[in-house]
Amino acid sequence: MASVDIHDVRKAYGSTQVVHGVNIGINDGEFVILVGPSGCGKSTLLRMIAGLENITGGEIRIGDRVVNDVPPKERDIAMVFQNYALYPHMTVSENMAFSMKLRGASKQEIEQRVSKAAGILGLGNLLDRYPRQLSGGQRQRVAMGRAIVRDPQVFLFDEPLSNLDAKLRVQMRTEIKELHQRLKTTTVYVTHDQIEAMTMADKIVVMHDGIVEQMGAPLELYDRPANLFVAGFIGSPAMNLMKGRIKDGRFESDKGGSFPIGAVPHGSEGRAVTYGIRPEHIHLAADGLKAEVVVVEPTGSETQVVAKVGGQELVCVFRERITAKPGETLGIAPDASLVHLFDGETGKRLG
Amino acid sequence: MTDMAGRMAAARRQTGFYDRLRVNKNWQGLWFMAPAAVILLLFLAYPLGKGVWLSFTDAKIGRSGEFIGLENYEWLGWPWWSDKDGVFWLSVFNTIVYTVVASAVKFAVGLYLALLLNEKIPFKALVRSVVLIPFVVPTVLSAIAFWWIYDSQFSIISWSLKNLGLIDQNINFLGDPNNARMSLIFANIWRGVPFIAITLLAGLQTVSPSLYEAATLDGATKWQIFRNITFPLLTPIIAVVMTFSVLFTFTDFQLVWALTRGGPVNATHLMATLSYQRAILAGNLGEGAAIATAMVPFLLLAIMVSWFGLQRRQWQQGGNDD
Ligand SMILES: Nc1ncnc2c1ncn2[C@@H]1O[C@H](COP(=O)(O)OP(=O)(O)O)[C@@H](O)[C@H]1O
Ligand SMILES: [Mg+2]
Repeated sequence: MASVDIHDVRKAYGSTQVVHGVNIGINDGEFVILVGPSGCGKSTLLRMIAGLENITGGEIRIGDRVVNDVPPKERDIAMVFQNYALYPHMTVSENMAFSMKLRGASKQEIEQRVSKAAGILGLGNLLDRYPRQLSGGQRQRVAMGRAIVRDPQVFLFDEPLSNLDAKLRVQMRTEIKELHQRLKTTTVYVTHDQIEAMTMADKIVVMHDGIVEQMGAPLELYDRPANLFVAGFIGSPAMNLMKGRIKDGRFESDKGGSFPIGAVPHGSEGRAVTYGIRPEHIHLAADGLKAEVVVVEPTGSETQVVAKVGGQELVCVFRERITAKPGETLGIAPDASLVHLFDGETGKRLG
Repeated sequence: MTDMAGRMAAARRQTGFYDRLRVNKNWQGLWFMAPAAVILLLFLAYPLGKGVWLSFTDAKIGRSGEFIGLENYEWLGWPWWSDKDGVFWLSVFNTIVYTVVASAVKFAVGLYLALLLNEKIPFKALVRSVVLIPFVVPTVLSAIAFWWIYDSQFSIISWSLKNLGLIDQNINFLGDPNNARMSLIFANIWRGVPFIAITLLAGLQTVSPSLYEAATLDGATKWQIFRNITFPLLTPIIAVVMTFSVLFTFTDFQLVWALTRGGPVNATHLMATLSYQRAILAGNLGEGAAIATAMVPFLLLAIMVSWFGLQRRQWQQGGNDD
C-alpha cells in the first residue's frame, strides 16, 4: 500500500493539451474516484499513473518514489480495464496466474494466491473456463481477481462497471466497496457516473476539461459545491439552477418569480447571481410559491414533479404522493437554508 | 366410405411431407449448394478423375491410350529401390526442399514484417504498399526480372559485388545445381512474403491493444508479450495462411518454368514442371498424369495437418469478447 501524489500534472498530445495541471493527494488506503463528463481527461490521468502514457509535465509519486520515468511493471500497480482485457486464450486461473508466472513464483505460491483470490470473488468453480464462456459480471470479477493476486500498492479502475447492466452494476458497486474495506489497498477509480462516485468514494475528484473542479468527501461536494459545474454535476436529479439578481433579500429570477434566500451574503444587494436549489430540498407548502404542474413521475417511494414557476421549470422531489394532474397548481417552498448561490460571472460559490 | 377416408388420409400425409420438406433447412441448404457443387464436379472432380485415369493408360498426345495398369508408375521409379533414371525421385526431393525451405523462410520473414508494420513507424502507409509490390507484379514479369538479376553475364548482383571487389568472377546463378535451387527459392520467397505479411498483419490488428497494456502491467517484457499473447492469438490465422502457402509452393510451376525449365540437368525440376515436360512437351500424357497424381498424397497430407491446426480451439468457442 502507498500514497499517490499528483503534482501539477499536464498531458499534451502533440499540440493539444488535454490535462492542464492537476493536483491530487491520495492517502494510503484511500478510495478515490475521479469523476467527470466523457472526454475530460480521467482515463488519461489514470493511464499516466499506470505508466501507459508519458507525463508531459509535473510529477507523480507513488509512496516516496517519483515514478515519471519508472516503467509500468516496476510501479507495482494493477489495473482493471473497461473492456476487462482478459487474455482470451487463457483460462480464468491462467489469467490470474499470468503475472506471477512471469515473476517466476513457485507453483505452490501461485496456486495458493489464485485460490485465495478466487475464494474472495466467488470464482472457485469457474477456474477452468475461458473468458468467452463467462458472463459479463463474471469477467468483471476475473479482471478484479487478476488485480488482487498481484497484491499491488495501488489498484486502478477505469470505468469497470460501464459494460454491465443496471442491476449487476449496483451489485458490483457493493462488492468493490466491500473488497476495498477488506484489502484496504489504495484505489483510484474512474467513472463518469456520479452515483457510483457518491456511493463508493472516500474522496471524489470532479474533473472537467482537464482541470480539477473540486475535491472532497461525497457529502461535502453535495452540501457545498464550489462552483456551478460541480453543483450541476453532483446529485440526481440535478440541482435546479436559475439566473437572476438579489433584491430585497430575495432572489428575482430573470424569467420571473421570486425565491427565498436563507442568509444573504454581505453587500450583495442587486448582484447578478445563479440560484441553485436541489429538487429534494423543495417542499409542499399551501402558502408557498404557486407552481403549475407539467409532469408527474411517481417512483413509489417518492414523486418527481416538474413544475413551472414564473417562466422556468423546476424539478422537485417530494416524499408525499402527489395527486395533482398536469395543468393544476401546487404550492411549493424551497428550503431557504439549503439554497446555493453562485457568482453570476465566475460561477464560484458565494458564502 | 372407408375408401374415401383412406384417400383423404393419404392426401393429408402427402401435404405433410411436402410441407415439412419446404421448411426443412437441410433441404434448402442442398439447393443453395447445388450450383457450387455442379461447378466443382465439372471443373475439378472431372479433370482430377480423368487425370488419375490417364495415369493408368499409355495415352500420348493425339492418341487415346490403352489401360496398362501401374506401368507408368513403374517406369517412373516405383518402387523406389528399383528406380532406373532417378529423375522422378529427384523432382520429389526438389519439391519437398523447395516447399519446406521457402515456406519456413516466408513465414519467418512475413511474421517479422507484419510485426514491424504493426508498430508505429514513419511512412507506414507507404511502407505497406511497398511490401505489397511483389504480390501485385504478375509472376511471369517478376520471373523475367529475376532472369536478368540471375543472368550469367549481366547480373546486377554479380556486377555490384565485382565493383565492390568482393568477387572477381560472375556468379553462375542458374547454371550450377545448388545455386539454381537457392536462386529459385529466393525468388519464390520474394513473391510469397507479401501475402503472408499482409494476412498476419490483418490478424495482428484484431488483437485488442488493451491486452498488450494489461500484459505490460502484469510485468511482461516485449518478448514475453509476443510469446504469451501475440503468438497464441495469431495461431488460427497462421494455420490458414501457412496451409495456403504450402499448397501454392508445392504446386508452383510458373516461376521455375520461366527461370530454369527444370535445368541444369533436372536439378530444379519440381513435380509440376516434370509432369508438364513429360506430358505436354514429350507427349507422354500417361506418364505426366502419373507424376501429377503422385502429388496428391503429399497435398492430402498437408491438408490433413492444417485441418487439425485449423480446428477451433477451445478458447475460441462461446460468446463474444466483450
Ligand atoms: N491518443 C490520443 N491522441 C490524441 N488525443 C487523445 C488521445 N487519447 C485521448 N485523447 C483526448 O484526450 C481527451 C481526454 O480523453 P480521456 O482521458 O480518454 O477522457 P475520459 O475522461 O472520457 O476518460 C479527449 O478529448 C480525447 O479526445
Ligand atoms: Mg475514459
